[in-house]
Amino acid sequence: MSVSDQEELAAATPAAAAATPVTVAELRASREALHFARRNRKLLLGAGVVLAFLVVAAVGPLLTDHGPNEYVGPPAQRPSADWWFGTTMFGQDVFAQFAHGLRSTFLVGLLGGGLAAVIGMTIGFTAGYRGGITDEVLNMVTNVVLVIPTLAVLLIIATYLRVRGVVPEAIFIAAFSWPWVARAIRAQTFSLRSRDFVDLARLSGAGGARIVFREIAPNMSSYLFMTFILLFGGAVLTAAMLDFIGLGPTDGMSLGLMMNNAVLWSALPLGMWWWFVPPGLGITMIVGALYIMNVGLDEVFNPKLREL
Amino acid sequence: MRQYFQRKLGIYALTFFVAVTVDWVIPRFMPGDPVQTMLARASLRPEASEAMQAYYTGVFGLDVPIWRQYLNFWNALLHGDLGVSIWLFPQPVTSVILRAIPYTLALLVPAILLSWWAGNKFGAYAARRRWLDNTVLPVGYVLTATPYMWLGILLAWALATVAGIFPIAGGYSFDVEPSWSPSFLVNLARHWFLPFASLFLVMFGGWAIGMRNLIIYELEADYSHYLEALGAPQRLVRRYAFNNALLPQLTGLALQLGVIVAGALVTEIVFSYPGLGYLILQAINNQDFFLIQGAFLFIIVGVLLANFLVDVVYVLVDPRTRVGMRGGA
Repeated sequence: MSVSDQEELAAATPAAAAATPVTVAELRASREALHFARRNRKLLLGAGVVLAFLVVAAVGPLLTDHGPNEYVGPPAQRPSADWWFGTTMFGQDVFAQFAHGLRSTFLVGLLGGGLAAVIGMTIGFTAGYRGGITDEVLNMVTNVVLVIPTLAVLLIIATYLRVRGVVPEAIFIAAFSWPWVARAIRAQTFSLRSRDFVDLARLSGAGGARIVFREIAPNMSSYLFMTFILLFGGAVLTAAMLDFIGLGPTDGMSLGLMMNNAVLWSALPLGMWWWFVPPGLGITMIVGALYIMNVGLDEVFNPKLREL
Repeated sequence: MRQYFQRKLGIYALTFFVAVTVDWVIPRFMPGDPVQTMLARASLRPEASEAMQAYYTGVFGLDVPIWRQYLNFWNALLHGDLGVSIWLFPQPVTSVILRAIPYTLALLVPAILLSWWAGNKFGAYAARRRWLDNTVLPVGYVLTATPYMWLGILLAWALATVAGIFPIAGGYSFDVEPSWSPSFLVNLARHWFLPFASLFLVMFGGWAIGMRNLIIYELEADYSHYLEALGAPQRLVRRYAFNNALLPQLTGLALQLGVIVAGALVTEIVFSYPGLGYLILQAINNQDFFLIQGAFLFIIVGVLLANFLVDVVYVLVDPRTRVGMRGGA
């Protein structure tokens, strides 16, 4: 998804619906959001696709009695009743690989996207609320990490790791993909922190953390949620690229690694499409569904965009 | 304007410093012993082994204090010395990479410029036109959600393996000699087309959606409504909206550069295209740490330069950056 989308999200969602502090109005707003959410086709479609893949990831590995890397069947079989997705060059079950790979994909998305959201929010809120020298320093750090190409750093880190797992991969991805979040949240915090209701909270003696979490954050909760979705998608795509280069998990299975193996062992010239189509299709559909879900959410939270 | 550039250049200098430091720190403080790994690998080639043993002890400089090692690293770097490749021993890393760079740039530069231009035009055209909008939006989102390498794989499979229209791999056919003859250039272009097309398509989707969404916000802005109220033709209103929407798209380009470069790397791997990405794959498979570290630095420098170019363009198109310190990518 293009970053301008994220930028313009930041410009659009924030303060318009913001100024209402908690209580009754809040409750009504959330009920209204639910009302529109249930009727939004984009949101439902996106969520449906993601859920379907989540089910495959949860149940799929239980349907096969062998691991993703075991040599269980005849090599290079087309999809059939015995082998739903066919087998690889070495007789591994492509469906088992796919189902296990989906698990890694969701794990990387949740953990990588979630951690990145936490880091980005912490830095964004701190910089935006504190201001002054804290802001200067954090802003500089943000700008530096922003310019460094994530994959390039991951490349040299992963190269020197003898044993690579999905969890460390997600953590490293999170460590380098938070900057745009921090920037956007900082900007919004700036615009919110001088509002009357924040001043009131400050007068009543609330501490900084309390003000941020109770007064400021709830006013951009929809934006925060959409940010997490974008980070989820970004983490999945980054992990897929890293795995494809050959720096994927050394013991597990992932969708990127499947594509890496397929290309490495000449599935392309041999026309073994069942080996490389499912992993890419899985990633594309999950991430695409997330993006479309986000458009739906945008319409739910932003009255200007609703189709009447 | 001076302040704007000073700030930008300051950040780029700091970024370069951080990147070089990371490049130096990681081999030294990661678990495992890279020298041993490399020598184990290198011992396959007896004539190289001895020279490298001496070389690595020198470069990793395990006999001098740590701050000294760091300074030496910078010193070598500033002299363009990135070490010697193991995969292609004894060629220096710098020259190996410099040979690959033109291929990567030949993919990246046209793909970035064309997709940005076409995507913006198309997105702006599709916005608020019901039928187009309803088709462009889903297609665009699917394209931008596609992993770069997968689109490359699909194109290679469909147009090379099945249809046989394009060659499936390489920068040019093995049976021709590189030269400036027309037949060689055609050969080169035929190998270039598929990786270029897959890069172009993924980016195109992203820019089209971004522009479409921005135009819709711009058309909701007060100035658009005011123009409409004055009775301005729809085309004029849209043109203003387009011009304003271009600025965030330019910022978006700067922010996306890292991802785009990564996309080019994996696309090259799909097509065994002899650029930087393919080099990195070989380096990983051959445990060629120096080559990877060198490639990392080249990528960083390239992205920093491209960022700077975007900054310059931004000054040209956004008058606010010229008068004050405000605005900017």
